[in-house]
Amino acid sequence: MNTLDNSLRRPFHNRSFGLMRKFLAINWLFVLCVCLLAGVGYTALYSAAGGSGEPYANDQIYRFAGALVMMFVIAMIDIRVIAKVSWVAYACGVLLLLMVMKFGHVGLGAKRWMTIGGMEIQPSELMKLFLAMAIASYFHRASYERVGNVLFLLPAALAILVPVGLILKEPNLGTAVITGLIGSTVMLGAGVRWWKFALILAVVAAAAPILYHHLHDYQRQRIITFLNPGADPLGAGYNIIQSKIALGSGGLTGQGYLHGTQNQLNFLPEKQTDFVFTIIAEEFGFIGSVAVLALLFSIVALALYTAISCSHQYGRLLALGIAANFFLYCFVNLSMVMGLIPVGGVPLPLISYGGSALTAVMLGFGVLMSVHVHRDVEFPSGDL
Amino acid sequence: MKRETKDKAGFTRRAVLIGTAQLGIFSAIGARLYNLQVSQHGKYATMAKANSISERLTAPRRGLITDRFGTILAGNQQHWRASFMQGLARDPQAVLANFQRLVPLTDEEKARIQADLADRPGYIPVVLKDYLDWPDMAALEVNAPDLPGVIVEVGTSRTYPFGPSLAHAIGYVARPSQREAKNDPALVLPGMRIGRGGVELADDLALRGAPGFVQSETNVRGQVVRVVARDSGTPGQTVMTTLDSGMQALAVQRLGTNTGAAVVLDATNGEILTMASTPSFDPSLFDKGVPAATWREWMTDPQHPLENKATSGLFAPGSTFKPTVALAALKAGTLTPDTILTCPGFLKLGDHIFWCDNHTAHGSITVTTALQVSCDVFFYKTALRTGIDAISQMAAKLGLGTALQTDVPHVATGLVPSHEWAKSRGVHWVEGDTVVQGIGQGYTMLTPISLATAAARIATGRAVDPHIIKRVGDAPQTGFDPSGGAALLDIDEQHLKVVHQGMFEVVNTPAGTAYTARLTLPGVQMAGKTGTAQVHNDNAAESVRNYNDNSMPWAMRPNALFIAFAPVDQPRYAAAVVVEHGLWGGQSAAPIARDLMTYALTHSSNAQDSNIKDMPTGTQISEADVPS
Repeated sequence: MNTLDNSLRRPFHNRSFGLMRKFLAINWLFVLCVCLLAGVGYTALYSAAGGSGEPYANDQIYRFAGALVMMFVIAMIDIRVIAKVSWVAYACGVLLLLMVMKFGHVGLGAKRWMTIGGMEIQPSELMKLFLAMAIASYFHRASYERVGNVLFLLPAALAILVPVGLILKEPNLGTAVITGLIGSTVMLGAGVRWWKFALILAVVAAAAPILYHHLHDYQRQRIITFLNPGADPLGAGYNIIQSKIALGSGGLTGQGYLHGTQNQLNFLPEKQTDFVFTIIAEEFGFIGSVAVLALLFSIVALALYTAISCSHQYGRLLALGIAANFFLYCFVNLSMVMGLIPVGGVPLPLISYGGSALTAVMLGFGVLMSVHVHRDVEFPSGDL
Repeated sequence: MKRETKDKAGFTRRAVLIGTAQLGIFSAIGARLYNLQVSQHGKYATMAKANSISERLTAPRRGLITDRFGTILAGNQQHWRASFMQGLARDPQAVLANFQRLVPLTDEEKARIQADLADRPGYIPVVLKDYLDWPDMAALEVNAPDLPGVIVEVGTSRTYPFGPSLAHAIGYVARPSQREAKNDPALVLPGMRIGRGGVELADDLALRGAPGFVQSETNVRGQVVRVVARDSGTPGQTVMTTLDSGMQALAVQRLGTNTGAAVVLDATNGEILTMASTPSFDPSLFDKGVPAATWREWMTDPQHPLENKATSGLFAPGSTFKPTVALAALKAGTLTPDTILTCPGFLKLGDHIFWCDNHTAHGSITVTTALQVSCDVFFYKTALRTGIDAISQMAAKLGLGTALQTDVPHVATGLVPSHEWAKSRGVHWVEGDTVVQGIGQGYTMLTPISLATAAARIATGRAVDPHIIKRVGDAPQTGFDPSGGAALLDIDEQHLKVVHQGMFEVVNTPAGTAYTARLTLPGVQMAGKTGTAQVHNDNAAESVRNYNDNSMPWAMRPNALFIAFAPVDQPRYAAAVVVEHGLWGGQSAAPIARDLMTYALTHSSNAQDSNIKDMPTGTQISEADVPS
């Protein structure tokens, strides 16, 4: 064991000196990737405004700078402290979800937003992180034998279903599914048998027609539109068609920066938020979009690396959950833009314009970095 | 420790599996992107273009019409116009409603717009409003976001610098009718006009040109961002007419408030130098749309301002027909230059008395003198001897009562009766009809342009055809010989000389009926023939009184006519003037012809290409030869 590891194993000794070491122990390759993505976001938003920093790009880069500082601060917090407050965070998340149902304001047909201390937040975004923390902390104590026990799994499943149900009620189908998948991924990482997930999947598939019956009209409309976007080109299918045109007209090398007609002539709805990827794809072509895909995946891969290299179960599971969160963000957004799944209000993390998602993602990355910094700390399962 | 290692190994295995699955999904996304962006690029690139590039056809500039010297007689003026590309609007009716709030439309305009919207494809703009003023423009500009597909553009309208004075000759343009637009898709373009009447009609196709297009990039709201490509099309060709705008202005000025027509031809080749008809109208009104009140006014005006009296006004030629009768009789041999007939002031045929003009007894005279003093009895007798078929044949040879070969549209054929015509019409022809035929009355009805043609043919002995177009673009008008090489008419040179002499004496001898209208130019004389044609049948009392004076109601007064050519010995110009209800040909029509001839002979631009400078001195006649 080298000196760095030694100091990290005794975090409460020599605190100031430890802070410096901790800071240097951050995964800087990961930070570089995150900053590169933010740069891609700035480029795309600059183009979305027709070649101007206002009103999106500059705004977003300031938010990112603030969020980056927040990430570094959180990275310094001992992971064991974070683990201790996991359930408190989870409880707060559920409380926020209940509050948003009562006091939140409506945006785009759903009650998702609320203002806390002048900040617009989406509690569902925070909930995804808090859920991963809670499930990770639950399984931190569990041995492989206990994981095989169905009765032991029930509280965890319930802990997942409560926020999923609340988010569905908002209603926000996309985030609800993502939340459920994050919880499931963490459980999978904890050693829950594959066939159990297969069983649940089968049950959900069987229940799908009943679920469809209970869906909101606009949600059903999205599914219908998705299945046949040409049916109403100027109505609900418009977004998907215009988005596909933007991607397709990019070709191999793109129409050139600031020269994408779909983008510059405003054929793309919400292009600065959910459809930001189409700007890159149209103006930089297949080469540009694959480069962005690679960058996105490298963040997922680096998060998984942190998970694998972590010595304690809590860190491993949490890092896995955060990686899953980021991956699902990208997957849902990109699939939506390409017309592979029904449209839902899921932004492309770090690139789309908007504060709430950025804050939530960077909060998660802060926790991830904390895992990375504290990957070798003494954190036996009995500590919780 | 052992358990932790086991945990870790199991986790790592699962994490790697999950990561692999995620990579797989990213690869699938990449593959889908490859499919969309590279494999299907062509399809989506086309769709992107269709999204942003809108193409619309634009009307070409209509060709100019000039006079023989290049003076513009019909041009184009620019104005601001609002058009609507319904293909760019999601809800055309809503856009139209927004437009109406800003720029009020009349019910007529609304109906037309709805009809146009219904049967035009999206890429052809529909005109919403022509002649926008600045407040309209400002309102449309400010509210552009509410008006997707509405284009404010420069339109052209037709202008006629000479206004009413050339309205009949040049014609006018108007919006094509729905039926016409169906036959030619280019006609539905905003600003596209179709020629109606005159040169505008005669060479409409050449004047129209071919449409161009504007390709512009439009944003999602249908607003034009920039113009990508522009093709102004092929402008209409310039049509040069044979008209002399100066002479035309003079003709209109001299006709003044009279109802009438004046035609001046180049007698050597049939080029129409002047074709005036009064009263006239403002031709530019048709482009904008004639106000209902103005239209009613035109329709109820007894002077029929819309009618081109030079080409479609039918008049009894009166005594201007006498040279034709003389030529017919000379050809038929029923008259020789020396034949002497006696005029006692009347001709009694059966129970009916045909009076000579003014009840004057002209005594025993030859054909020359009969023309000079316009003796009716001489020609009553000549007509009776010659017969109407010979007369109508000669008339047709001179271009009277027959279809003229001309490029002027809507020329009436007129009528010179023959037995064949009488039979086909069931007219019972009596000798009395032949008698009045001798003085150009009765059934005979002719247009001023045909009278001018006859004057030119009598003057030159050649089959000149009247035409108004000199050049279309760079090509000279076909079908007409500009150098004066028209075919000879097969009329005996001697016979023409006799008639020339008579017509010379009409103008240049004190006893001639148009002596007061003789030319005052040194060494140049005009030949002519007056006509005073009754337009109503005098009752017995009126006949006795020879009721031809100012005391008659205007509409009952005789028409005044005059045909002429000059110079008499080397004819260059021919003219016909009709003044409706002008009483005496020599008094009201001949002076106008004299002034036009004077203009033609002295106007430098005309003189240039004529050989007036080395013109020989005119034929002189001694006073002694003039019969008393």
